[in-house]
Amino acid sequence: MEVTISTAELLTTDGIPLKQSLRKAERRNKLRAFLLVFPLLLFIIVTFVMPIGDMLLRSVDDSQINSVFPKTFEEYKNWDKGADELPPEEVYKSLFFELANGDKRQIGKALTRMNYAKSGWKSLIKKTTREIKKIVKKGEEPVSYKDTFIKINKFWGDPTYWYSFNQMVNDRSSIYYWNALDRTFDEDGDVVLQDEKRRMYIKTWLRTFKVSVYVTIFCLILGFPVAHLLANLPLRYSNLLMIFVLLPFWTSLLVRTTAWIVMLQQNGVINGILVWLGVISDDGRIQMVYNEAGTLIAMTQILLPFMILPLYSVMRVIPKSHMRAAQNLGAKPAMAFWRVYLPQTIPGISAGGLLVFVLAIGYFITPELVGGKDGKLIGSWIAYHLKTTLNWGLCAALGGILLGIMLIFYWLYNKIVGIDNIKLG
Amino acid sequence: MNDTSQSFVKFEKIDKSYDGEVLVVKNLNLDIAKGEFVTMLGPSGSGKTTTLMMLAGFETPTNGEIFLDTKPISKIPPYEREIGMVFQNYALFPHMTVAENLSFPLEVRKISKPDIKEKVQKALDMVELGNFGTRFPAQLSGGQQQRVALARALVFEPRLVLMDEPLGALDKNLREQMQYEIKHIHDRIGITVVYVTHDQSEALTMSNRIAVFNDGIVQQLSTPDILYEKPENSFVAKFIGENNTLNGVVRELNGSSCTVELDGGFGTVKALKINVNEVGEKTQLSIRPERVSIDKTTSDSNNFSGKIEELIYLGDHIRARLDVCGNNEFIVKVPNEGSFNHKEGDELKLSWNSEDVRALDL
Repeated sequence: MEVTISTAELLTTDGIPLKQSLRKAERRNKLRAFLLVFPLLLFIIVTFVMPIGDMLLRSVDDSQINSVFPKTFEEYKNWDKGADELPPEEVYKSLFFELANGDKRQIGKALTRMNYAKSGWKSLIKKTTREIKKIVKKGEEPVSYKDTFIKINKFWGDPTYWYSFNQMVNDRSSIYYWNALDRTFDEDGDVVLQDEKRRMYIKTWLRTFKVSVYVTIFCLILGFPVAHLLANLPLRYSNLLMIFVLLPFWTSLLVRTTAWIVMLQQNGVINGILVWLGVISDDGRIQMVYNEAGTLIAMTQILLPFMILPLYSVMRVIPKSHMRAAQNLGAKPAMAFWRVYLPQTIPGISAGGLLVFVLAIGYFITPELVGGKDGKLIGSWIAYHLKTTLNWGLCAALGGILLGIMLIFYWLYNKIVGIDNIKLG
Repeated sequence: MNDTSQSFVKFEKIDKSYDGEVLVVKNLNLDIAKGEFVTMLGPSGSGKTTTLMMLAGFETPTNGEIFLDTKPISKIPPYEREIGMVFQNYALFPHMTVAENLSFPLEVRKISKPDIKEKVQKALDMVELGNFGTRFPAQLSGGQQQRVALARALVFEPRLVLMDEPLGALDKNLREQMQYEIKHIHDRIGITVVYVTHDQSEALTMSNRIAVFNDGIVQQLSTPDILYEKPENSFVAKFIGENNTLNGVVRELNGSSCTVELDGGFGTVKALKINVNEVGEKTQLSIRPERVSIDKTTSDSNNFSGKIEELIYLGDHIRARLDVCGNNEFIVKVPNEGSFNHKEGDELKLSWNSEDVRALDL
């Protein structure tokens, strides 16, 4: 059959082009829909997009110190490190005036930044500034600025201090990201490993991964049967069971975590019962908390509902007749489960797995409280730099890497399972 | 067919209770011959699906034994019974394609790959879905899914096929079409079928024999025509086809017939004695609407009149609802021969043969 397609524009009965008429009719609806979501949009922008954007900017931002020492840094870049042991006279001269005339508060901020690069900068500069101010007050003009500096403090003749400038001389810097991976810049600005005693992030990253993977696996192993029971028990039992699942969910995280300390510590409930039963001796009490094991146990329990609920929502809609049909067709129960039931729970497994993994990888309070020294996760470092060292650039870099990892997982997940396969309820 | 020594499936004194208080199936004795198409028909909650599930192995009888091919099967798990089943909502596996669904029972039986392929194709061709192997169940219409479920239940050549209201989810036209199709497949391959439905027309269309269930008891087991024409109790009479009832008291027993005095003093009716035993017993008379004649008199004393309450024009016939002997739900089907010119409110002369009236239990 031949189909003729009219090229002429379609018109409404009144002769207005159809598309235009449709747009007009839909405009009001579109506007209304937009106005309805606008408050939420605003909320998300203000509380979510902007803070994250700000933090991501901070992770590469070094502009503050560059506004304090612009001339010095510019001269510094001309230093041929291969030819001269120390920077040229011009660098010392610029620094002299920038310290003498600079805003005290801004210099203070910059000093904090310099101390991240090399500890010792703060006291050195403070001492030097005092001396410089004296010289300026007297109205003397040094013959050699370099010698003056070295006379004030011999560290000004130590090139390692000058090398640490390498990571600060640009407005935008990747140094925080390298720091977050136990790397730093050497004298030539190349990326090298940190000193051995300063390497701690890679170790923590690996532990964070290990703990997250284990917690996800444990949650799956423990949560799967519970979800299956929930989905298949008669309503009155499943309701009771659901309350058991949700009750911890509604209890404060802090309470649950401290409850685990009570349970697991050496003089705690579990050790007490084991000693009482004679399974272990009084001297042989097991260390179950303030280490990685404690972190694993507590996090698994706390994150369990995030695995159970998506699994439950998927299992609930799998008709019971499927297992029956599989058996009727000749499959033994184990085979029927493996071939028919399990594949249908994959959306739930992947949703729960992704949820638990993503929550675990950024977990903070629980590992902080029960983790002890070797059970801390990367979140603890972020909190430490946020509150104690105030090195927000490093904080932001650690957070940025975390975000990146999650996005990679999301992407991988989408590739392998397909994101529209996810089912949370 | 009813010879028990030849029976392929035999239910013997089966009782079933879920809670120990209520019997869902009571003393079920049923014999099904090889190649027979037997339907269990009954309202919901009558125990028919439970009976089917016991046969499939998903429920255990509380008492009694089921024999398949003379062997007791209560101890055999469902996956070793070699019984195919079409489930109510098909129970197709959504994560497998149609072909994978069909090869599943063959794979678990460790049949070789080329054989599987051939059998699957044959089964798909049988239900006229030869080109649909690569589709997923969700991409098929209800009727196509139904056929796939049927093919899957047959592909591993089971000894017996069970069907649990397989057409319940289809619309009317498709349902009728599938009824014939299932019947034809049954005729062609000669497999024994046990079919469960609550739809009497479905049962009448397809079955060799029908077991009418109510309250966990088989009320009557017979061929469709006997069930319709000679119901043995008032439940069957009411459940199968359309039925007019008149209540009364037995006044006289006379061999295979009896005389019944209608309640409310509307006179007496001569009827066949089916389910009444003594004079003075209360009874319910059952007359099929098409056996009631209009404007004729019979030699029997069964001549009455009724007022037309409602007339419904149905093309080939006119359906008249009358008030007869105190029953205002009395239906008469008048063939549309062009001569019927009564209006609502008119009185009609009615009559019927005493052989067409059955005195049943109340």
